[in-house]
Amino acid sequence: MASSHQASGIHAGRLAAAEIADNFGDLHPAYDPHEAAVAADRCYFCYDAPCMTACPTSIDIPQFIREIQAGHPASAAKTILEQNILGGMCARVCPTETLCEEACVREAAEGKPVEIGRLQRYATDVIMEKASHPFSRAASTGKRVAVVGAGPAGLSAAHRLAMLGHDVVIYDAKAKAGGLNEFGIAAYKSTEDFAAREVDWLLQIGGITVEYGKKLGTDLTLEALKGDFDAVFLSIGLAGVNALRAEGEDLSGVRDAVDFIEELRQAEDLTKLPVGRNVVVIGGGMTAVDAAVQSKLLGAENVTIAYRRDRDAMGASRFEQDLAASKGVTLMFNVMPKAIHGSGAAAEIELEYTEIEDGRVRGTGETTRLAAEQVYKAIGQSLEGQPDAVELEGGKIMVDATGRTSVALVWAGGDCASGGEDLTVTAVAEGRDAAMDIHSSLMG
Amino acid sequence: MADLTTEFLGIKSPNPFWLASAPPTDKEYNVRRAFEAGWGGVVWKTLGSEGPPVVNVNGPRYGAIFGADRRLLGLNNIELITDRSLEINLEEITRVKKDYPDRAVIVSIMVPCEEEAWKAILPKVEATGADGIELNFGCPHGMAERGMGAAVGQVPEYIQMVTEWCKKYYSKPVIVKLTPNITDVRFPARAAKAGGGDAVSLINTINSIVSVDLDQMAPEPTVGGKGTHGGYCGPAVKPIAMNMVAEISRCPETHDLPISAIGGVTTWKDAAEFMALGAGNVQVCTAAMTYGFNVVKEMISGLSNWMDEKGYTSTQDFIGMAVPNVTDWQYLDLNFIAKAKINQEDCISCGRCFAACEDTSHQAIEMSADRVFTVKDDECVACNLCVNVCPIEGCITMEEVPAGQLDERTGKVVSGEYANWTTHPNNPSATAAE
Repeated sequence: MASSHQASGIHAGRLAAAEIADNFGDLHPAYDPHEAAVAADRCYFCYDAPCMTACPTSIDIPQFIREIQAGHPASAAKTILEQNILGGMCARVCPTETLCEEACVREAAEGKPVEIGRLQRYATDVIMEKASHPFSRAASTGKRVAVVGAGPAGLSAAHRLAMLGHDVVIYDAKAKAGGLNEFGIAAYKSTEDFAAREVDWLLQIGGITVEYGKKLGTDLTLEALKGDFDAVFLSIGLAGVNALRAEGEDLSGVRDAVDFIEELRQAEDLTKLPVGRNVVVIGGGMTAVDAAVQSKLLGAENVTIAYRRDRDAMGASRFEQDLAASKGVTLMFNVMPKAIHGSGAAAEIELEYTEIEDGRVRGTGETTRLAAEQVYKAIGQSLEGQPDAVELEGGKIMVDATGRTSVALVWAGGDCASGGEDLTVTAVAEGRDAAMDIHSSLMG
Repeated sequence: MADLTTEFLGIKSPNPFWLASAPPTDKEYNVRRAFEAGWGGVVWKTLGSEGPPVVNVNGPRYGAIFGADRRLLGLNNIELITDRSLEINLEEITRVKKDYPDRAVIVSIMVPCEEEAWKAILPKVEATGADGIELNFGCPHGMAERGMGAAVGQVPEYIQMVTEWCKKYYSKPVIVKLTPNITDVRFPARAAKAGGGDAVSLINTINSIVSVDLDQMAPEPTVGGKGTHGGYCGPAVKPIAMNMVAEISRCPETHDLPISAIGGVTTWKDAAEFMALGAGNVQVCTAAMTYGFNVVKEMISGLSNWMDEKGYTSTQDFIGMAVPNVTDWQYLDLNFIAKAKINQEDCISCGRCFAACEDTSHQAIEMSADRVFTVKDDECVACNLCVNVCPIEGCITMEEVPAGQLDERTGKVVSGEYANWTTHPNNPSATAAE
């Protein structure tokens, strides 16, 4: 049978292998040296550059672009990686349009910023392709630090700690390191197994052991870690997924978007991954966009993102919204799920229109229905499995500016910790800064 | 549309844009294409004596420096004079001039510094019907080692002598092309005039090493592992050329000597500037070599448009107009006071003015926490560096402080009276003010 968008139900192989491969190719293909030279020439080398201020990891952007201009991208990569050891991934996933590129003075001048993200990718690719690691470890301090969770924050902390001469053991509940880089972002942002390659490259620093399949709460306790190590860094992410609290949520076909994305990222063959003819994603963040766009790329005929507030309130940037629209995803604003209908399996979703009153979302009573064999929930993740000892703040582990928790010698960073946006780049900054504070505490 | 017809030494051309003696004018094929594109005239690439022509290297002949986006700013070359036979060149010149009677065709010549050599070639050139000759006393590489080109141009007595021979054996205008590889261009210019030369053209290319290949450890262009100095040209040399043109224009002995200006002319504006400094026309090479012959079209439309705006009906109207305003530093008005002003609406907050002023000038720009940059009038000396480093044209301007207002830096009221260094109290050899 010919594969097609129109085939009803949920099934695999809606598109031919070649089309799938094309769809899931690199979102922003790498610059070739000429493109990089032209893009780099546009940088004005601003004083106290606004792009650098806008970068959560404070990469010296004018410096690295100048190094590209002057023909030594390997130095540029080192400038980036000194501040952000996951600069390669951040070049791919950062919402640069709301960070460095939004702040670029050429955005003010011409509405066309220097393409900082792509230049960063160009530089970091150079060093990754050489498979060389530009950092080396300081003399051993004899101190041991446990890092719980091998996501961006944990990897960043571990690298910095190892570089400073500490011995690090990273524990991760899964069978692979990388956290959301490996499991939670759209495939077209991390092609050719980049997340895994970056982890391998990062571990070249030495002094880091990774133990897989070790989950805090079941396989590990904070108490035991505190006893075995000189310090502990918690970067356990947000393992819980918020519920819809709508009728029919238990029907088959209704699922967490993060699970779908994880399954897709780990799939050996995307032509074997089932997808519905009609898919509705509930939510307004990057996860919603990633789930919706990838459903479309797998061959779903109709994909809709249903968000309960208006466009401006959406967590996904305008670039992400436009990306979704360009792939054929319909964006619906001011609607919330009221019920999912179907006998045993989802067939339709009933959405209620909303209005905002005093900042709160309220249903208007008017509803509409969309066909939906698949409904993905992407309305946010929540902290789960954290140790009882740590104090929380706003549903996250409470930390101070350097990542210290309420428990002595225990730090936390990344999505599980309070403060900061839940971005890869923020997690990297928090891991790095906590590592520096752990270092001064241990060596002080 | 303004009439760009220009008469230079009695030679009429439809516009003041001539192609300089160089590879673009080496043969009939190119020159015909140039005339079709609209060039007003050409100076045919330098002819040598009869006999086996010179040979060029078979490796790279050019090197370059670049600005942003690989925009070519300076070009250097190690090419010699024409490597085609005299006979073929003369035949082609004859044909082209016959077909394009309204365009200027000047023949560049370089033969040994012996009267016989000039006597032999000049009648042949005259027979082509070309409008004049240009004496190549400038070529800085290769030919100079053989006692020609710059080797002649650096010795005023030789310039005068050869020019005299040319006037003796040739009846049409003689233009003497000057080398910039000297300390004071007025000496060769005076020599050209003394020899009876009808005009000078300048500058020829500048001795240069444009880059070094750090793998081969040799200058570029590198030929078989070695390099040599070549002749530098293009936009980068324009300021040097303009100064030399101005020096000749304002020198009492040479101010009436017609000048054909050469050096980095790329747009109409470059040409207008040279002409304002006294050049009767301009010669172009690098712009054509970089972008092709069609660059002349912008030069034509741009110059014409500007002349219309200014109400000039002929190029004669503005030639030399800036010469009276070229003076020596000592005569600049020390009572002229200006201050930089940053137009906040145009400012994109890059902070380059701040970095330049704070690090390298007078600490006269203030930066607020939210990146608003303002000039401190009590520190600003109006050096203009901020204007020059600002990426937005017109964002920073120099505003004159009118007479009667306070200069916050000096605490003195601007007098409005002209006063220069010659009468300044700090000048040990000051003369009393009148």
